[in-house]
Amino acid sequence: MSNVRPIPSPQTPTDDRAHEADHPSSLVAKFGMDQPLKLDCGVDLAPFQIAYQTYGELNADRSNAILICHALTGDQHVNNTHPVTGKPGWWDTMVGAGRPIDPDKYFIICSNVIGGCMGSTGPASLNPATGKVWGLDFPIITIPDMVRAQAMLIDRLGIATLFCVVGGSMGGMQVLQWTAAYPERVFATLAIACSTRHSAQNIAFHELGRQAVMADPDWRGGRYVDEGTHPHRGLAVARMAAHITYLSDAALHRKFGRRMQDRELPTFSFDADFQVESYLRYQGSSFVERFDANSYLYLTRAMDYFDIAADHNGVLAKAFTGIKTRFCVVSFTSDWLFPTSESRALVHALNASSARVSFAEIETDRGHDAFLLDVPEFLEISRAFLLSAGKARGLKDDGQS
Amino acid sequence: MSMQQTLPLPGVAPERTGGGYRRDHLLVAEMVRPGSRVLDVGCGDGELLQLLESRGIDGRGIELSREGVNGCVAKGLAVVQGDADTDLVNYPDDAFDYVILSQTLQATRQPKVVLENLLRIGQRAIVSFPNFGFWKMRLQLLIGGHMPRTENLPASWYDTSNIHFCTIKDFVQLCEEINVKMERAVALDLYGRPVPLNLPWWVWNMFGEQGVFLLSRGGRK
Repeated sequence: MSNVRPIPSPQTPTDDRAHEADHPSSLVAKFGMDQPLKLDCGVDLAPFQIAYQTYGELNADRSNAILICHALTGDQHVNNTHPVTGKPGWWDTMVGAGRPIDPDKYFIICSNVIGGCMGSTGPASLNPATGKVWGLDFPIITIPDMVRAQAMLIDRLGIATLFCVVGGSMGGMQVLQWTAAYPERVFATLAIACSTRHSAQNIAFHELGRQAVMADPDWRGGRYVDEGTHPHRGLAVARMAAHITYLSDAALHRKFGRRMQDRELPTFSFDADFQVESYLRYQGSSFVERFDANSYLYLTRAMDYFDIAADHNGVLAKAFTGIKTRFCVVSFTSDWLFPTSESRALVHALNASSARVSFAEIETDRGHDAFLLDVPEFLEISRAFLLSAGKARGLKDDGQS
Repeated sequence: MSMQQTLPLPGVAPERTGGGYRRDHLLVAEMVRPGSRVLDVGCGDGELLQLLESRGIDGRGIELSREGVNGCVAKGLAVVQGDADTDLVNYPDDAFDYVILSQTLQATRQPKVVLENLLRIGQRAIVSFPNFGFWKMRLQLLIGGHMPRTENLPASWYDTSNIHFCTIKDFVQLCEEINVKMERAVALDLYGRPVPLNLPWWVWNMFGEQGVFLLSRGGRK
């Protein structure tokens, strides 16, 4: 019983993470007191900033811009080495030279969501009113708030209409919110492994994660930065639980089965005997290196509140009435977090609105995470959809119009 | 008893025109007014939809098979994965000018309900189906004593996805029964060529390999 090792403390100095929150290794759009972000909770957030990365060149007509919306624990570093972890961009299967979203052809924008911790204003940022980290004083944000902030950034970049808005999971929610809120500013959308509302099961998983964070004594009511602690164990547990939901039984079985980790026999202890345990612990401990615990609370909450139909008298089709945007909806057979049935409900609503929609379900055992992985059929469909939409948009092969 | 060496014959490829289009597809395309909105139910690999879009028609598709859908999406077509039997109910009334059901009616569980849905969703429907009254079919049952298999329908009775076969005569009767108006009817031979117009119904029912019907809602209650 003696060899139970706790989740290790983060190796990344707290100062490094805090530095990225206010002074990111990215482009930053600052919005002053005169340009508040009007939040759904009723608060006007000002000043605030949006950290973002761009790849490729905007063409003369400003018609080749693609906005990528990141998922819950993603960030703006979609196609470059991550400044904190040193790892490659999080979507290098989809974005890059020769990939479906090619910087040689498109002007690619990816911004950290409002409430995030990689340079856009969020609970890990300094509150200018107090000189201290926002923590739980930060107002509750929603998916529409994230999209409103992105729209202000797109205005700042002088882009009237985005060629395409692309995203998976929470990113897909933002994609759908873009089409519902700014249909005339979105020519095409690629909405992957997402839903128009967060399901009860998904809210339940998020609540589990939040409770794990808040149960960590080092969370200190959200004031851990002021008190010099970090709830890394709670956050790691939250990540471990969430990570299971991103995979599938078949994928876990294929990857790990019941295989042992660096040992032949069980140790008859609570150490990580099984490879799957070791893997989850690694996922948990590497996540806390780069993510802020309060930010995790805020972003999961934003997803929970998401329900497009609720903003349209409960009728989803009304959100898309008369919309000209081209939709491509993609789901994965083994995704039980955002199952195909959710995508199908969206497609039915889009059909009822006479929207131009393509919908493909991709067969894979890799679960929700499939959208981040090298799944050739999925990538091929994404490429083809963008090419045909580009044709309709009048884009040439080199991205010129 | 001799082996059934003669069947199945190699599939007969539908005759193609100079432009590379299938004759039966061209016939369907000619029934569609330019500039209209079309839903192709069971659109397969999207060949007909591509033909329609090349003529400036706003086309959408539903396809059951994942390979079919993904191929269509890869061609830039607006196609969704779905089932004619279960998913047509989700489309609103009058959403399209035409709804096309090409060589799919016989594979649905409820052909009558599907047909009614087609004419609810679309102002008009274009339906094509293999004619089980075709002389080769009759001959096989009469002489061979076995379930018919033809060049275009080579599957055996136990592994065919076609579960509701009918003849042209049967289909005409169904249309009358559910008050559907037949605006145009064409019988096509084995190669997708129209059987001459001036022949009586029973000839069509005998020599038409498939029937193609342009339908609209009937007037009577």
